[in-house]
Amino acid sequence: MHHVLDMPIDAAQARALKIGDTVTLRKTLFGIRDATLIHMFDRERRTHLDLSGHAVIHTAPNVHRVPVSPEAPVGYAPFCIGTTTSMRMERFTDALMRREGVRLIVGKGGMGPKTLEAFAEQGGAYLAIVGGAAALETTWIERIDDIDLDDLHPESLWKFAIRDFGPLLVGMDSHGGSLFAEVQRDVASRRDAIIESLGAA
Amino acid sequence: MDLDLTEVEAVCKDLYVRALKLLPPDIKAGFADLARDETSATGRAILGTMVENIAVAERTRNILCQDTGIPIYNVVIGRDVRVEGIDLKAAIRRGCARATTEHSLRSSVVHPITRVNEQTSCGLRVPIIHVDFDDRPETVSVEMIPKGSGSENGSFLQMLLPSDGINAVKRFVIDRVIELGGRVCPPTIVGVGIGGTSDLCMHLAKVAATRKLRTACSDPEGARIEAELSRAVNELGIGPQGLGGRSTSFAVHVEVAATHITQNPVAVNIQCHSARRARATFTPGGIAFD
Repeated sequence: MHHVLDMPIDAAQARALKIGDTVTLRKTLFGIRDATLIHMFDRERRTHLDLSGHAVIHTAPNVHRVPVSPEAPVGYAPFCIGTTTSMRMERFTDALMRREGVRLIVGKGGMGPKTLEAFAEQGGAYLAIVGGAAALETTWIERIDDIDLDDLHPESLWKFAIRDFGPLLVGMDSHGGSLFAEVQRDVASRRDAIIESLGAA
Repeated sequence: MDLDLTEVEAVCKDLYVRALKLLPPDIKAGFADLARDETSATGRAILGTMVENIAVAERTRNILCQDTGIPIYNVVIGRDVRVEGIDLKAAIRRGCARATTEHSLRSSVVHPITRVNEQTSCGLRVPIIHVDFDDRPETVSVEMIPKGSGSENGSFLQMLLPSDGINAVKRFVIDRVIELGGRVCPPTIVGVGIGGTSDLCMHLAKVAATRKLRTACSDPEGARIEAELSRAVNELGIGPQGLGGRSTSFAVHVEVAATHITQNPVAVNIQCHSARRARATFTPGGIAFD
């Protein structure tokens, strides 16, 4: 099933997403990653940006500094925006949802059991994007609308205006489903036969 | 031949940008090979998106991936070349910094303890510069590799025992590839170092991970093992982005060095599908890029 979501969304909309579904996001997307999360949650820094009901993408973009204009409200123009490996940010998912109200995480490579638990408890989902396809992803970004914690540049908290952002694949849902975990189980079941085929048992 | 360091600086700047924008032909051919054998619908769709991204980057003159990586410059100096080594390193560093500031690239390099980013892609001992020598007359080549970090974090070293044998080396590679799953942006090139000391072993794994596709290890035993492992990793089912399929890796590459009688070292270093590199060759006739 394909979902078109005008961000922000509520818990029921997040719970309606099932693994294997596809999603297109519209309107708003926030960019976040390692240093942003470390400062927000380990160092208790607060942001003026309202993430409630929103999607965050694991990213640190390449941008151009430009004069402030309606196309660049905070003086940054997107140049190349892509996605980083999500698993490093696993321990922050619960806090990100609980304190800031985030509903969706866009990332690559999948996340772990703590994230699945947070999704089940609070209503959220993980949307898999194709990592390394940043030039294409950049064409889905319209504008950089706002920014915070820019002393961490490029690991700032970014607010992107997006056109049809996707299609993204629901990789983890609120019902304990994870396409990544399914693949991992399948891979684990093949391991011994493959080692044997190498004569390396 | 006298190496002109003003030219070297300009070329090192251009190489960084070229590497970020243009995927080498062997990797493009690698995508075609994988797509032909991919049986998973999700896997085929993901490979299709990756190939589309290469075309979008070329059309929009954008960089392929947002990760500008850790900059690595591999310099090989032939015979009858005159250059002041310390000045050569400084010129490379200036070129790297200028690429970042003049093209507004993301600087992905920070101090490891303070985490301060100088916004130049440079820092202590970075860019990484390797200098080697070969037999070519009046020739210097510089290869630039922006090493992406999703895959660089997939790095492992194990000092196995001689009694563990080569089978433990093979198991180590397969188990690390399984452990990494989709985190390292598959399809990958799995670089494997076998032998040497701990530092040489890790370096061999990087040389292997950044070696051209359809090239073989110069050591026949290493070549045999890389062929076996290349077949085996694509039977695992990890697939593009860890979402299932045959296309886990373009190849497993092995590099080998002699080791100590008490040692059996193995290292793994992964290259993601955005396997970027660019090279320039200086000769008395001019500068050629490939």
